[in-house]
Amino acid sequence: MKIHIPNSVFLGNINHFLNGFDPSEPDHLQITSHPKWFWVHPVVLCMIAAIGKPVRPENVRFESLARTKHYLTRMGLFDFLGVPPDMEIEEHEEAGRFIPLTQIRTSDELSLFLQELQPVLHLQPEDVEPIRFSISELVRNVIEHAASDEGAIVCAQYFPNKKMIRIGIVDTGIGIRETISDSYPVSDDLMAIRLALTPGITGTTNKPGGSEQNAGAGLFFIKTIAYVNRDPFVIYSGNAMYKLLKRTTSSHATLRANPFEDRHSKESNLPYWQGVVAGIDIGLEKTKEFTEILGIIRNFYWQTIKEKKKEKYRLKKPKFV
Amino acid sequence: MKRNGNSSITINVLAQAGTFAENKDTARDIRREEILPALEEGKTVVLDFSGVTSATQSFIHALISHVIRQHGINVLDRILFKSCNDVVKNIVSIVTDYMQYEEEPTEPTES
Repeated sequence: MKIHIPNSVFLGNINHFLNGFDPSEPDHLQITSHPKWFWVHPVVLCMIAAIGKPVRPENVRFESLARTKHYLTRMGLFDFLGVPPDMEIEEHEEAGRFIPLTQIRTSDELSLFLQELQPVLHLQPEDVEPIRFSISELVRNVIEHAASDEGAIVCAQYFPNKKMIRIGIVDTGIGIRETISDSYPVSDDLMAIRLALTPGITGTTNKPGGSEQNAGAGLFFIKTIAYVNRDPFVIYSGNAMYKLLKRTTSSHATLRANPFEDRHSKESNLPYWQGVVAGIDIGLEKTKEFTEILGIIRNFYWQTIKEKKKEKYRLKKPKFV
Repeated sequence: MKRNGNSSITINVLAQAGTFAENKDTARDIRREEILPALEEGKTVVLDFSGVTSATQSFIHALISHVIRQHGINVLDRILFKSCNDVVKNIVSIVTDYMQYEEEPTEPTES
């Protein structure tokens, strides 16, 4: 496998990086970078860690890494790959800056990780709400659907000056297409991603309302959080990638069931990724109150049901006491 | 779980799921071991969310969707959601709404 790290990879320009990924020869990993400097989104580090972890350390080669490779060291990449960083690193306090590469394999490991999220990032309780919600839903998807002993690889970086957190969550499991095709006919990876982002679609059943444990709403919620807050969201599996683009400032936040009706870009001929790659940015300064976002989602479901029934009636309401 | 005489039980969600209720395995256990048996006995179930600051849709779905499917939507007359903040209220409402997606309309209620 070969991965080249260019100057800068963020969700907006990640296509170029993904197109340069060579998944052939999975027993070997060669990593090169721009010779002077680079900055990459945490999702890129998760991808390198996920594919590099099963590779024997003697088969991992770093070539012409930029001086800024200390970033890779601080995020824990060399530890993950079992190779020495070949440089001295001055240790800094981790809190308030980043969550290094972390492997989460079980439900309990996820719960522990989420408990430590707020103190590690030094965030206000209201700021951490959409972050832990998104991480919880994405990682639980991996634990429940990826069928991989390796679980999810997660890392994140917080940028206090921009009040922005960038998050990557990656697995090397069976991928979205195989998961969804258990319940729905799927012709390609892009169609599988579209279905996975559609509310009410889950790989565990084709019944409306989902199964006992799955509703097919988790990814729709995450896409909605990103859409309402005008943040980018990327999901890549197999040969396909869907990227939710920022909603224009003038447009009203109107939720749509079909993700292809949102402002987006997509690709269907990328190098094959065995598993799922998810990247999300959450800008805390412009983040709407989480309750407001939930209200928008609630209204969306209500409208959807009303249109389907085509008649006036009242839904049964839960009793809050 | 607290028994309130013979007619209802109160389930302390915080004690089992923590302040951020997201562990679906915990939700499943509460559903199977406490909610469903109590309903089978004809009791009212009080889900006490005191101290729970947030929950995921997945947690609430795992907690109540199968209960609604098994007993019908009117089971909501016998499940009380106590001390929910706005986040939890919204998520509970989203789940109960979408669980009625394919249900026949129910009689209007005053609740």
